[in-house]
Amino acid sequence: MEGKPLEIGDADFNREVLEAEGPVLVDFWAPWCGPCKMVAPVVEELAKEFAGKVKVVKVNVDENTDSPSRYSVMSIPTLILFKDGQALETMVGFKPKDELADKIKAHL
Amino acid sequence: MYDMIILGGGPAGLTAALYGGRAAYKVLLLEPGAFGGKIASAAWVDNYPGFHKGIEGAELGQLLAQHAERFGVEAKKLKVEKIDLAGSVKKVIASGKEYLAKTVIIATGTPGTLPRALGAEGEEEFMGRGVSYCATCDAPFFKNKDVVVIGGGDEAMREALHLSRFARKVTIVHRQKQFQAAPKLLQKAEAEPKIEFMLETAVKKFEGQQLLEKVMIEDLKTKRQQELEAQGAFISVGRLPDTEFLEGLEKDEKGYIITNENMETSIPGVFAAGDVRRKSLRQVVTAAADGAIAATMAIKYLEKL
Ligand SMILES: Cc1cc2nc3c(=O)[nH]c(=O)nc-3n(C[C@H](O)[C@H](O)[C@H](O)COP(=O)(O)OP(=O)(O)OC[C@H]3O[C@@H](n4cnc5c(N)ncnc54)[C@H](O)[C@@H]3O)c2cc1C
Repeated sequence: MEGKPLEIGDADFNREVLEAEGPVLVDFWAPWCGPCKMVAPVVEELAKEFAGKVKVVKVNVDENTDSPSRYSVMSIPTLILFKDGQALETMVGFKPKDELADKIKAHL
Repeated sequence: MYDMIILGGGPAGLTAALYGGRAAYKVLLLEPGAFGGKIASAAWVDNYPGFHKGIEGAELGQLLAQHAERFGVEAKKLKVEKIDLAGSVKKVIASGKEYLAKTVIIATGTPGTLPRALGAEGEEEFMGRGVSYCATCDAPFFKNKDVVVIGGGDEAMREALHLSRFARKVTIVHRQKQFQAAPKLLQKAEAEPKIEFMLETAVKKFEGQQLLEKVMIEDLKTKRQQELEAQGAFISVGRLPDTEFLEGLEKDEKGYIITNENMETSIPGVFAAGDVRRKSLRQVVTAAADGAIAATMAIKYLEKL
């Protein structure tokens, strides 16, 4: 948890997300998606703001299909907040940073 | 009370903030996303004067933000939802909170970037579970599935053509008697065997358990309703001018704000700068120039109060 989003794949999903301690925010994205580019800097800022409290990871859905399909991701960008292996909040599309931060704070 | 509230932290808003801050006025900048605006998504910028070797868009955005920061500009990560410009004190509402200012500079970028919603039952419920507004983003999730595209313009045809590379079947549903898309695009779509067409048909409802399974459609001539199996529905019924919330300002038919060469809008004390206003060249250098002029004219206005 060093304040920077960590790029992970399907193979690390269990270890890095489901079995992780504390809340984990997962950003499902792809290089060909315009709105994902708008969300990326916001996700980076969230990683900084919640450093040490929330782990932030990114899953490229172009290279990884298992984890997005397990959580029925059908639209990107999608952010899902996990805690103790459970998906608690799903946020689809571009949302202002403060709105996302409020959703995260509710689960701290 | 602020002297100046700036809406949008792209090149226009950041330059206005730099001018306002440097002149020691109390400035508030409101920006929901990352600073830098659209230029932050440009891979490389080769035509901003002074950077003779070119610069990454993201870096230019950060430098513009740092420049405004240096002059003590206060910034909040908020999206402005409403403004009330009627009185001499302007009210700006963001995330439900009200901020007051003597002048307002609007620098929210090109209108028309947000997709328009269809307004059918279940649309919101199934957003991200089958209902989508971006085929480029989401088409790969619908490999070998049946999808519908709702709309009849150029973008709807492009979305359908893109989807046909992934989906099993694509049905374009459109309310009108004919499509508005350019003939060439329409021909291309008609030549694609996976694409089917339904004219004079309206989408009434999106249905399913967890994920989208069916779309209820109505034949507008016979009023007969029918279910269409679809795991995906791509809505392409135009884009919202994001300036709709900026009520009371004079705009052109596309939603661009009309200003004079001093960036003054139809309301005294309210200025517009950058891509959001009606102009002939939308670039970083002209956005920055607009921002400088808007802030300078706002300062002139403040001096007269
Ligand atoms: C891919 C790409 C490449 C480009 N390359 C170049 C180039 O090489 N050279 C060049 O000169 N130009 C280039 N441009 C154009 C340039 O990016 C724009 O002309 C410039 O960014 C316009 O600045 P702006 O401040 O007016 O608007 P924007 O940059 O669009 O910034 C507007 C800001 O307002 C914010 N906003 C919107 N609504 C609200 C609201 N309700 N409340 C608060 N804030 C809001 C947005 O989040 C955004 O950050 C490029 C554009 C793109 C998309």
